[in-house]
Amino acid sequence: MVDRRRVFVPGDSAARSVGADEVARRITQISSERGLEVEVVRNGSRGLYWLEPLVEVETPEGRIGYGPVTAAEVEGLVDVGFLDGGDHALKIGVTEEIPYLAKQDRFSFADIGVIDPFSTSDYRAHGGLSGLTKALSMSSQEIVAAVSDSGLRGRGGAGFPTGIKWQTVLDAVADEKFVCCNADEGDSGTFADRMVMEGEPFLLIESMAIAGVAVGASVGYVFIRSEYPDALSAMRRAVEVAYEEGWLGSDILGSSYRFDLHVKSGAGAYISGEEMAMLESVEGRRAVVRAKPPLPAIQGLFGKPTLVNNVLSLIAIPRILTGGSKEYRERGCARSRGTQVFQLAGNVAHPGIVEVPFGITLHELLYGFGGGSRSGRPIKAVQVGGPLGSYIAVSDFSMKVDYETFAQAGAMVGHGGIVVHDDNTDMGKMARFAMEFCAVESCGKCTPCRIGSVRGMEVIDRILAKHDVLDNLRLLDDLLETMTDGSLCAMGGLTPMPVRSILKNFSAELGIDSIDLVEIGRVV
Amino acid sequence: MESARNQVGFALWSSADAGEIVDAHEGEQGSLLEILVAFQQRFGYVDDEAVDLLADRLNLSRAEVYGVVTFYADLKREPASGHTIRICRGESCQAVGATEIVEVAEQVFGGKLGTTDDNGVALEQVFCLGNCALSPAVMVDGELIGRVDAARIRELAARLGGYQGG
Ligand SMILES: Cc1cc2nc3c(=O)[nH]c(=O)nc-3n(C[C@H](O)[C@H](O)[C@H](O)COP(=O)(O)O)c2cc1C
Ligand code: SF4
Ligand code: FES
Repeated sequence: MVDRRRVFVPGDSAARSVGADEVARRITQISSERGLEVEVVRNGSRGLYWLEPLVEVETPEGRIGYGPVTAAEVEGLVDVGFLDGGDHALKIGVTEEIPYLAKQDRFSFADIGVIDPFSTSDYRAHGGLSGLTKALSMSSQEIVAAVSDSGLRGRGGAGFPTGIKWQTVLDAVADEKFVCCNADEGDSGTFADRMVMEGEPFLLIESMAIAGVAVGASVGYVFIRSEYPDALSAMRRAVEVAYEEGWLGSDILGSSYRFDLHVKSGAGAYISGEEMAMLESVEGRRAVVRAKPPLPAIQGLFGKPTLVNNVLSLIAIPRILTGGSKEYRERGCARSRGTQVFQLAGNVAHPGIVEVPFGITLHELLYGFGGGSRSGRPIKAVQVGGPLGSYIAVSDFSMKVDYETFAQAGAMVGHGGIVVHDDNTDMGKMARFAMEFCAVESCGKCTPCRIGSVRGMEVIDRILAKHDVLDNLRLLDDLLETMTDGSLCAMGGLTPMPVRSILKNFSAELGIDSIDLVEIGRVV
Repeated sequence: MESARNQVGFALWSSADAGEIVDAHEGEQGSLLEILVAFQQRFGYVDDEAVDLLADRLNLSRAEVYGVVTFYADLKREPASGHTIRICRGESCQAVGATEIVEVAEQVFGGKLGTTDDNGVALEQVFCLGNCALSPAVMVDGELIGRVDAARIRELAARLGGYQGG
């Protein structure tokens, strides 16, 4: 009698996008043909995407990985006895010993890609629910104090201190309060929220329940973009299981607390990720940005105090409670505490998740982890922090990645996405694209953003075509200033950031004379 | 209940079915967008009739319903006549050839991005599918495909019945 083997084939949507389903089917099929007892587990992804589909088998030495595996290669793997860790060209050894993973500090992403996303016993075996259990033994104020002490700041983009936000909602007096998780993840180059929802949905549910207990909210919403159908169905499925298990609903985990959780789908609007617009979407309206104040913490969803946090901000909390705030705060530098879940994307050899404390250099991220460009050509620039983030040139790669250093350099960490470009990228086109993106995705409420972005494309077109460069540069500079100062939210307000960074760092490529830039003054 | 379906598998618009979807959200606060998304998923578009239906059932003004229907990119006003191919033009995908993917797709499907070709294939742009680690990415009728190249687009055209010319 042969033991039943667990084989892991990620059910993560990105892994599926390169054939993980076919691989899983083939493994099941061949094992049954050969009478091998195999259980195929559809785990999340470890975030080592160049190796996806990454198939792992449990052996006495640990989990051994093979990748990237195609369905056609499965038979060969079975032939060499991969179920026992047999040698094969695709064998990469014990997954956890791969330097890319071994060098990381997987605080929040410890179990993503490791466990079966929908197995409650897997979740518990990996410490699941201990954060919520701990929270239920603490007072609301103690929980909020622990979050404040950890130094955690919002991972959705703005980097606002999470503890202060929680305190504000806790202190707000109202008959009803809400917790809203921002899972809109619209920034290009980011995918960490998606991986959490697909790979460890219970962690987000537990985190939201903790937030509810802490601020006194008994209803939560997770707002997920419609471009993430798998994350939507994974969250819905996990919420159902959580209700069955008594982790949601009345008397959660046998306590006197109630917490109900609803999953809401977006409908294809980047601006729905802006928190005020998100609340409009959750209320079923057009995602038009509301002016602040009042802050959502005071008057948010349906006019009630609402805690809005990004997925990554929330999922740090259970371990902050169990391990202690100090353990989190000790990581990082200056006022950037804890780990950041970086996402390497674009033209990079080893794209994926790199969770490390703040303070790592861009160079280490790009070459130490990323392995340089995918194309093999020299890297020319990286855009950090999504479509509204700066393009950073090679000469600045020694820069540390933390909120302070980036702010000083006129850049932003945002949601932690890093998009790599090699020397084939036309920077003028990227500057124009920043305006195009703003024009398409603007909510339309303010003129500098709605009209300014369209004018921005036109002016950049003229500059790139070398029409009256100096005059048009002046015009562009003016326009950027108007957008920065006259936009209600960061969509119009930050679109100038990528544009200015390109003018500053890649003027020669745009055919702009440095004399012209001096003339303009501000862009340099 | 089995409803009649069009050639791409969406149920044909029916007021009764639409009404049932509204019923399912009875009493929920702020359910307009959710109902519209449900219509889109079920019928592949939001019929003009939905505006009156929802204004009436949810006690909203027609303008408010219309405003929401026209705001969100996912909500279509016409039934889909064929497959939908969404090509990611986010920066990560652009960094590894999204522009070329768009060109090839326009060539083999014979339509411009943002239009529907003679075979009913709709080419759409999308900004990020969360598959940036495996860029370039496209989504075909809701199925995500990563590490796409020109050959893969031609293969898709052959399978989905786009133009082979160009
Ligand atoms: C145009 C725009 C888009 C945004 N998109 C997102 C998003 O997709 N996800 C997110 O968490 N925050 C996004 N934000 C930031 C949110 O407004 C808000 O700061 C955040 O959700 C707060 O959560 P945090 O404090 O945990 O970061 C966006 C902001 C702007 C201006
Ligand atoms: S800046 Fe743009 S997106 Fe933001 S509120 Fe104004 S128009 Fe809307
Ligand atoms: S930018 Fe194309 S999938 Fe993210």
